[in-house]
Amino acid sequence: MTLTDVPQIGPKPALKASKPLFEGPDWNFDLINQTYDAIAEIGLGEMGLDIYRNQIEVITAEQMLDAYSSIGMPVMYRHWSFGKRFAHDEMFYRKGARSLAFEIVINSDPCINYIMEENSMTMQCLVLAHAAMGHNHFFKNNYLFKQWTQADAILEYLAFAKKFVADCEERFGVSTVEAVIDAAHALMNQGVSRNAAPRRRFDPAKAREREIKRREYEIEIYNELWRTLPQSKPEAKAEEVVVDSSPPIVPEENLLYFLEKHSPKLSGWKREILRIVRVLSTYFYPQRQTKVMNEGCATFVHYEIMNRLYEKGLVTDGSMLEFMHMHSAVVYQPAFSDRGFSGFNPYALGFAMMRDIKRICLEPTDEDRKWFPDFAGNGQPMETLKDAWANFRDESFIHQFLSPKVIRDFRIFHIRNKSEDHAVRVETIHDETGYRDVRRLLARQYDVSQQDPDIQVTDADLSGSRRLVLTHFVRDGILLDKDECDRTLMHVARLWGFRVRLVEVDNMTGAKLREHETLPLP
Amino acid sequence: MNIIDRRLNPKSKSLGNRQRFVRRAKADIREAVRDALKKRKVTEVEGSEKISIRSKSVREPSFSHSRDSGTRDMILPGNKDYKVGDLIPKPQGGGGGGGGGQASADGEGQDDFVFTLSKEEFLDLFFEDLKLPNLIKTQLKDLKSPVPQRAGYTSDGPPAKLNRVRTMRRSLARRIALRRPKDTDVLQLERLLAEAETDVPRDETRIAELRARLDKMLRLRRTIAYVDPIDLQYNRTERVPRPATQAVMFCLMDASASMTEPLKDLAKRFFMLLHLFLSRHYREVDVVFVRHTSTASEVDEETFFRGVETGGTVISTALEEMDRIVRDRYSPEDWNIYAAQASDGDNIPDDMGRCLNLVENSLLPVCQYFAYIEVSEQIGFGDTIVWDGYKEIAERNKHFAMRRVTSPSEIFPVFHELFSASAGA
Repeated sequence: MTLTDVPQIGPKPALKASKPLFEGPDWNFDLINQTYDAIAEIGLGEMGLDIYRNQIEVITAEQMLDAYSSIGMPVMYRHWSFGKRFAHDEMFYRKGARSLAFEIVINSDPCINYIMEENSMTMQCLVLAHAAMGHNHFFKNNYLFKQWTQADAILEYLAFAKKFVADCEERFGVSTVEAVIDAAHALMNQGVSRNAAPRRRFDPAKAREREIKRREYEIEIYNELWRTLPQSKPEAKAEEVVVDSSPPIVPEENLLYFLEKHSPKLSGWKREILRIVRVLSTYFYPQRQTKVMNEGCATFVHYEIMNRLYEKGLVTDGSMLEFMHMHSAVVYQPAFSDRGFSGFNPYALGFAMMRDIKRICLEPTDEDRKWFPDFAGNGQPMETLKDAWANFRDESFIHQFLSPKVIRDFRIFHIRNKSEDHAVRVETIHDETGYRDVRRLLARQYDVSQQDPDIQVTDADLSGSRRLVLTHFVRDGILLDKDECDRTLMHVARLWGFRVRLVEVDNMTGAKLREHETLPLP
Repeated sequence: MNIIDRRLNPKSKSLGNRQRFVRRAKADIREAVRDALKKRKVTEVEGSEKISIRSKSVREPSFSHSRDSGTRDMILPGNKDYKVGDLIPKPQGGGGGGGGGQASADGEGQDDFVFTLSKEEFLDLFFEDLKLPNLIKTQLKDLKSPVPQRAGYTSDGPPAKLNRVRTMRRSLARRIALRRPKDTDVLQLERLLAEAETDVPRDETRIAELRARLDKMLRLRRTIAYVDPIDLQYNRTERVPRPATQAVMFCLMDASASMTEPLKDLAKRFFMLLHLFLSRHYREVDVVFVRHTSTASEVDEETFFRGVETGGTVISTALEEMDRIVRDRYSPEDWNIYAAQASDGDNIPDDMGRCLNLVENSLLPVCQYFAYIEVSEQIGFGDTIVWDGYKEIAERNKHFAMRRVTSPSEIFPVFHELFSASAGA
């Protein structure tokens, strides 16, 4: 499918012939500065965006690969899985099978934008509009990011985490620390308390203080005398255990939190590592929930800004063509049957929806008035969009704003796949009777809590057998992948220290479907 | 807005992560590296390698939904002309119906993880814990004595290093460029002036003119120096540390007619590995290639590995050649001497006595280590004549080792055995 009906990309010709900001592909720091000012004038002045202070950092392709491998963060503790990712990305890049992103932007204050030196000046301009304006505004204003992340503290926290892990490696050995991080990473998606945004603000100074206290305590209680005793259990002594003595509250969906607080066998530094991974997981939780909106917002903003620059005569025809070439590649949505299909392209869907909201605000049809009575024809597209960017996430945004026109343009349809059947059935398509169903189900598809299996701690016997029981509440009969589940359970058992059982239970009937059990390796 | 140029920041920030990853997957990678060696041609041992490992050890499990249970609703773009109620057959081999988003969420299959090892990493793993045994003369001469070496010219230096030719060349060029009057010009003018002054009648204007010219010339000669400090050029030398550990490896190969192509290939593989190992771990090692039929000659690397030659077999010729080269060029006081010999175990019977005598009495006393590789199509039918002879030497001398190789896959294990860090001790 080609998106012939996507909002037409066709800028108005330049109104007045002021001098273009740049010509030709070469960039330099002065040009970037001037271009940034021109972009900020439009973004902040005309569109009224509200952003963190920007910090633009120019990096090489090599450094971009580095940044890729550590989940895009400029500082990160060391772990082999990042090396694995790097090796993998590098091979694809060297083969030319995959190109690199033009930029990486980090939700921090100041907002760090990495731009690549290989980019042409037009690309730098696009990247500044996209990341330094679009993403930046979204990070600063969206409610999820406000509630779940602390843009001003994340870099400092990562620096602390990196140092902490490095110190642990020095004291306890790389492989010991690695084993704990492995286990924590396996539970990363189960490391978020979905129903309660973190209330306490993280204070890196406090974390450090806590760790110092922990160590001081260990030094304090150390007594040379104990060394002289015959060591019956050398293991038990090496593992200094600090357990929360209060009875655990079950059910608990945040496995990392539960293990950190209640695991009977973990020493202090291991708990701190679980905490680090949990903080990271929480930090990324909003990003997982706002892919469409975040990219849509940035794409919409860069599109508007580039067109305004062109109207003002600040970019040349040639740059504009280069920009449109890239832009259309970015918002291309392959059809489900195409070879390169890998689900909805968040850029395409987000951009199309936001352009459509603008259209509904300015030139609504009767259908739009019926579907969106509260903003159709209100003549204030930017206000409407800013409200959406601030108060919605992908799931609710699609539920609220996906219009029949976009459904038709994308030719979105719904199929049901039952594992026992040999064919999938088309349930609804983009027609009058289908719009609402399609919209509801697409929104559900973007609900992170629907994507991740619902696994909770349902029982932990701390005084007797010390067995931990997890329950997977099975939706629609979709069980866990057995092999992956067993391997992950091994990690849980390593952290818990005793027998762990996982029960899969149908969430409607309560029927027990399957059971897994594992013991920690000695 | 704040703009920072990070391009000069240290690269390879993730090197530590990569090392951790390689270490983690080491067992798997080593296996893959050895497999790769078997498949490679002799000429391709060096070079970077695409390695595909089973992701057993580098797996990152997590709780995830299985693909083959339950009911899923999928919302997809790009409907062609399906109507409500249409049935679409599922593609063979599982996967989400219609190639849904779930199926490709992970990008790659979980079973194989493919990435590229750099040449360095490849060889590091390849030659891990191997070394030349008995490298004792190392300790004695471990001092790295720096040796001065010519390294171009400089404008500054001690007088003793002044390069007169270069300096004068620059001086001449400068004098020409600045038009410094030559001696002959001055002499000629002085002569003219003298003549004019003695001329009768005196031509005062001419005298004044000549005097003015002479004055100007002398002034120029005073201001434009004959040799100016900027002309000075000094020889520059750099002190290059020269490691004192010196080792030489003799590669002796039988190239006679009885060595069939597969056997030669085996032998060459072995030497190729040896050569690679030496050039990698011991940058200062000399390698001497000796090839023999019924006569022996020292050849270069290219000829050794790729040359074609046939003839009879007299092994002692190669040993004599080695003995001669040692005496000519590698004094045993200064050099660690190693030898590796490959043959199919065939020799003229009356030559054996001579061989054994040479090895035991001339070569072994000066060698740190002597390895003998016998290549054969198959193991069987008793010992060959050479093997038989060398067996006794091996019993008497600890630094003489012998192994048999029958297929390319054995090359690495045998090589590993011969040069493992504890061998030959």
